[in-house]
Amino acid sequence: MDLSSIDLRVIGAWFHGLLISSGMSQTGIHVIEALVGALLLLIFGLTLVIFLIWLERKLAGRIQDRLGPNRVGPYGLLQTVADALKLLTKEDITPLDADRVPYNLAPGLAVFHVIMALAVIPFSNRVIGADINVGVLYLMAVGAIGSMAALMAGWASNNKYALIGGFRVVAQLLSYEIPLVLAMIIPVMVSGTMRMNGLAVAQGSILGFGWFVWTLPLAFLIFFVASLAEGERAPFDLLEAESEIVAGYNIEYSGMKFAWFFLAFFMNSWVLAAIGTTIFFGGWQGPFVDQIPALGVIYFLAKTMILFFVQAWVRATFPRLRIDQMMSFCWKFLVPLALVLFAAVAVILKLNLPQPLEAITLLVANVVILLAGVVLLGRTQRKALYVPKRAFTPTIPRL
Amino acid sequence: MLQQVIFIVMAIFTLGMALGTVTARNLFHAALFLVGTFAGVAVLYVLLEAEFLAVSQVVVYIGAIATLIIFAIMLSRSMMGKESGAMNKQWLFAAGGSALLFIVLAMLLSKAPFATQVAPVPSDAIAQIGSSFVGVYVIPFEVASVLLLVALIGAIMLARERHN
Repeated sequence: MDLSSIDLRVIGAWFHGLLISSGMSQTGIHVIEALVGALLLLIFGLTLVIFLIWLERKLAGRIQDRLGPNRVGPYGLLQTVADALKLLTKEDITPLDADRVPYNLAPGLAVFHVIMALAVIPFSNRVIGADINVGVLYLMAVGAIGSMAALMAGWASNNKYALIGGFRVVAQLLSYEIPLVLAMIIPVMVSGTMRMNGLAVAQGSILGFGWFVWTLPLAFLIFFVASLAEGERAPFDLLEAESEIVAGYNIEYSGMKFAWFFLAFFMNSWVLAAIGTTIFFGGWQGPFVDQIPALGVIYFLAKTMILFFVQAWVRATFPRLRIDQMMSFCWKFLVPLALVLFAAVAVILKLNLPQPLEAITLLVANVVILLAGVVLLGRTQRKALYVPKRAFTPTIPRL
Repeated sequence: MLQQVIFIVMAIFTLGMALGTVTARNLFHAALFLVGTFAGVAVLYVLLEAEFLAVSQVVVYIGAIATLIIFAIMLSRSMMGKESGAMNKQWLFAAGGSALLFIVLAMLLSKAPFATQVAPVPSDAIAQIGSSFVGVYVIPFEVASVLLLVALIGAIMLARERHN
């Protein structure tokens, strides 16, 4: 079999021909094809999560010297399917004083924003939902809908813990969005495009040396740390800190509605890993991808899974931060660091250096800023981290 | 044809949400209706092939402004489950201001030429927006950023701890 004939365009052309032969209008065909594409992405996302949940539980188990799920199916692979069935059969509870419409809307909105993000992710050079020219900005826009969903859930549940979870969502997601956006803008500046596929194409030079992670390692580090917080993952999972606020904004949800939040959480992590892959690891780029386009999908999924693995690794390893530590780490360290890097990269790009020299200068600037930042952090913050800090000083009543 | 259907549906949706914003008795619901209005306007921008504007609309209005409004509502009073009246002591002034604004807008709209035939959107629209921000419109752009800086410093002044 000739490998180069494996091309998703063939299926697309066949389907297009099928629709034309049914005698539909041009608009009708366009609408149906767009719907099929959207449906494929949706199904891909939802089925992927079943695997991701198993993967993460298994990884966390092995990292923490446990077995992880191992009863249902080979290697416990069907554990998530069983869990999903269990959740489907659970009673659907709505608190008596809940604000019904926002309460029921929130889980849907949570999943909606992650699925929307899938639309602009280039799985390969041709397999992309919508290659819009504002791709990076679009991702930030749909991320905003996610924090709105958590806020609605927290408020509408009419529960103190859920409300505190909702407040934390606003604080955390809005704060960490800033370093995340700044880190994503830096590759956009270097490549001069906001198209997600354009970013992947821009990193296509020989054998992965054109990946932005090599020339902009600090930008990737900032992106990765901020994406852990955006994905509500440990060490930044204060939104659902079990020991402090029971379960966060989704405490009142049961059955399938809870499952939707759970699903959105895992898919969000994966989407953030996919964004990281596209922006910093060359997306679908890899050896022989020009000859065999189908390889692009495999490279992309492999790279994304590796990033997802690192996320799970961090989650299984590090303890949770305190909320004031988390906020000051963002505002006093990540944001200034990202701003300095942003300014440095802008100046370097303005110098108009020839190509290899420019890459080396960018790398040197990244490393220097990283080292300077770490030294400064070590000098100023280390002591502060061990001093317990109160959010407010309680006043002692005079008797 | 399809575009018109989408336009009519979205226009009705946006207007309905806007109506909900001003008539909702619960402040939190009003804020959510406002979010719906912003989303509807963003869809209308997409129909006009102004993707950048549409996405900015979602980032700025839903992501930042609406979230802050909701946050402010949650922090302000115990609004949980309570319904507030649509009127307060200032209704007369508010009505007068709104009427004036409506008259001004209506006059502007009646004189505005609505082009039915427009040039196609240039392919490098974002690059053009970017270069006009730092080119032709650099002064308004910088003035806006100074305004934001003033607001930022003001917020810090209000929020910082006072050491006596």
